[in-house]
Amino acid sequence: MSSQEIPEEILPVEQGTAHGAVTVADDPFADPGLPAHKPRVQDIDERAARRSERAVAFLFTLSMLATVAFIASYVVFPVDQIVYIWPFGHVSALNFSLGMTLGLALFFIGAGAVHWARTLMSDVETAAERHPIEAEPEVKAQVLADFAAGAAESGLGRRKLIRNTMFGALALVPLSGVVLLRDLGPLPEKKLRTTMWSRGKQLINMNTMEPLRPEDIVVGSLTFAMPEGLEEDAHDFQTQMGKAALMIVRIEPDDIKNKREREWAHEGIVAFSKICTHVGCPISLYEQQTHHVLCPCHQSTFDLSDGARVIFGPAGHPLPQLRIGVNDEGNLEALGDFEEPVGAAFWERG
Amino acid sequence: MSTATDTKRKAPAGERVADWADGRLGIYGLAKANMRKIFPDHWSFMLGEIALYSFIIIILTGVYLTLFFHPSMNEVVYHGSYEPLQGIRMSEAYASTLHISFDVRGGLLVRQIHHWGALIFLAAMFVHMMRVFFTGAFRKPREVNWLFGFLLFVLGMFTGFTGYSLPDDLLSGTGVRFMQGAVLSVPVVGTYLSMFLFGGEFPGVDFVARFYSVHILLLPGIMLGLVVAHLILVFYHKHTQFAGPGKTNKNVVGMPLLPVYMAKAGGFFFLVFGVIAIVSAIASINPIWALGPYRVDQVSTGAQPDWYMGFSEGLIRVMPGWEINLWGHTLVLGVFIPLMVFPLVLVVIAVYPFLESWVTRDKREHHILDRPRNVPTRTAFGVAWITWYFVLLVGGGNDVWATHFHLSINAITWFVRIAFFVAPVIAFIVTKRICLGLQRRDRDKVLHGRESGIIKRLPHGEFVEIHEPLSPGQLHTLTAHEQYQPAEIGPAVDENGVRRKVSPVEKLRVKLSKGYYGEDGQIAKPTAEEYKEITSGHGHH
Repeated sequence: MSSQEIPEEILPVEQGTAHGAVTVADDPFADPGLPAHKPRVQDIDERAARRSERAVAFLFTLSMLATVAFIASYVVFPVDQIVYIWPFGHVSALNFSLGMTLGLALFFIGAGAVHWARTLMSDVETAAERHPIEAEPEVKAQVLADFAAGAAESGLGRRKLIRNTMFGALALVPLSGVVLLRDLGPLPEKKLRTTMWSRGKQLINMNTMEPLRPEDIVVGSLTFAMPEGLEEDAHDFQTQMGKAALMIVRIEPDDIKNKREREWAHEGIVAFSKICTHVGCPISLYEQQTHHVLCPCHQSTFDLSDGARVIFGPAGHPLPQLRIGVNDEGNLEALGDFEEPVGAAFWERG
Repeated sequence: MSTATDTKRKAPAGERVADWADGRLGIYGLAKANMRKIFPDHWSFMLGEIALYSFIIIILTGVYLTLFFHPSMNEVVYHGSYEPLQGIRMSEAYASTLHISFDVRGGLLVRQIHHWGALIFLAAMFVHMMRVFFTGAFRKPREVNWLFGFLLFVLGMFTGFTGYSLPDDLLSGTGVRFMQGAVLSVPVVGTYLSMFLFGGEFPGVDFVARFYSVHILLLPGIMLGLVVAHLILVFYHKHTQFAGPGKTNKNVVGMPLLPVYMAKAGGFFFLVFGVIAIVSAIASINPIWALGPYRVDQVSTGAQPDWYMGFSEGLIRVMPGWEINLWGHTLVLGVFIPLMVFPLVLVVIAVYPFLESWVTRDKREHHILDRPRNVPTRTAFGVAWITWYFVLLVGGGNDVWATHFHLSINAITWFVRIAFFVAPVIAFIVTKRICLGLQRRDRDKVLHGRESGIIKRLPHGEFVEIHEPLSPGQLHTLTAHEQYQPAEIGPAVDENGVRRKVSPVEKLRVKLSKGYYGEDGQIAKPTAEEYKEITSGHGHH
């Protein structure tokens, strides 16, 4: 469909031409033009103007005083002094005084300038003409001709070989930059599928840093654990914890609805990944009566008595469970790694 | 000494400096065009100024903070002056933020000005953008500047996010973890993106340093360029103005840059800076010392991002946890859909100007601003978009709403899920009706005058209210807006009697145009004839 077939748009009469420049004598809506300037009191009364002058000077003087006060505060108040200031409560004396004095010093400059502009500078409104942004047709023709001449002189259109190889070179050269980004990080490989847990690793209580024993865990309590051998000062502590963090609760075996969960538990003690399967926040809220745990970030809620099934919120799958038992010393230990990746889901998770 | 130089007037020092500069920079030519440039005055024009000034304030305070901040994730044990965290393991980034807050005199103030400035910067950009939207200031020739502004808003969001992630405190680390989980959801390449972003598994030891260079160099560098371009275009296009006596599409009415606008705008910079400094003196923001250092296995309740990221938080919270597992792969729709809707929400408002100009086919320049009521469909669209945005903000704070107002979080989530689709529609309809009502009122005002509030009793006992006719200036202002005619499909056959093909796109355009400018889209403004007929009759009523 060619553009000729489209019916011409009926555009409204342009503003400013309808009533303004070509005023129809009997158009009641015609633009009466700029209203006459109404003088302010400062324009006619020199005493009022003097008052404004003094007000502006006063504001600027206050600013100077505030800056002096700022420097004084910096010197006088110790950095750790806490004072009570109504209604803000206990605040740092230095922060409060520096902020107030700096703020006032700045504010008074602004207030002075604005008051000066409003009362003493001319407030006569004038009109300046606008000019169309679009170039005149002659200018446009000249530019197009110049471009055509330049393009012809370059021979770019005629010498296809140069053109094609140049585009090829320009297209390829950024690849070097992309390649350089390769070492930003390692490939994922199986990193997200494995954690530090393995058969025989004891569960270490995050509070006591001692191995957990079944009798430590009572019904209604939520215990956090990490794998034996992970030290808090290890360089990869955070990264390992991001996958291995565990939460442990004890549920009456008869209350466990999920058969596999009961089998993977030790006398009703179940260990689940602490890392939410939504986007990876650590889960930390536990409701004792219902055995529900809640992720405080996005409120995904899991039922720990039913295979950590998602019962509310945006998480897409249950929390992985770690199979646990008791070793010869009577401590809780893992009977293997998680059987599925912990934390947020990803494409290769399957 | 030659007499020639003596007879020559010795120029004052200022002029000689200016001469020197002019000889090298050509400043007189520049000043001639701009020194007395006219700027129109309206309170809403200062919203962009707040954005500009807070941007400058953020740069100034940000440079100061770089002098003390250590963008490193090396673990240290804290032995500083903040007692409650003594002996705690933390990253150097967090420790240096504590140092700025407790040991550098004024450091806390600068940190708070920086953070408050960022919140105000984003808020000012948002409101400024809405001002431009609702008054139609985005129309030709300003579409490109609209996009520049939009980009500034989006980049500002990410600069804010990378900035508040730097202290490596418990709250910000949680936000970064959320971002990493969202990145993982990207089909096929999610795990690769995450590994490359964090230099390995989360959190690794790299992201603070990487975010730092993005936060202080890459993004602000681009933004500074965009701000300059934005301002150059404001100067080049000259400012828009509202309709009024003496104001036309071909002029700009106001006061000159030197001295009035310079004093007001320059003074306003100090006002904005002063207010932000005072706010930073009395209102604590992001007290990272109270949150503790980031630990991947710890979290606090009520975790909220800064406000401008709240709508993305809402998307992720209310989305059902859909996951599709097929052929050994997982499509994490529950996270990936919010991740895709997040830019979409923003793009919808960014492309609107192009939709409107496509519907109107208006290729003329527009320098007179619309009153929002006179363009009901646009205004309704804008309000619907804001409603959409704020519904998501509610979703982002669903836990805060639940605890503060004792509501069920389940109910709030379902409310947001439904309102996400329904609320914009309701907002659109309601806004459009309000606009049409206001247009009718304007029409009545023009034709019948202003309600004076004076009741008059006529000799035969009837009570009437006296209406005062409007001044010529008011009459002009209320009737100066343009009214488009709805587009027509045109005749079904051309001049040769052959059936004309009308593309579906053109049909859609005509339909939209009818919605915009048809009978239900606007109230015809009074004509001079109507006005004369009423005013020439006996007795106002």
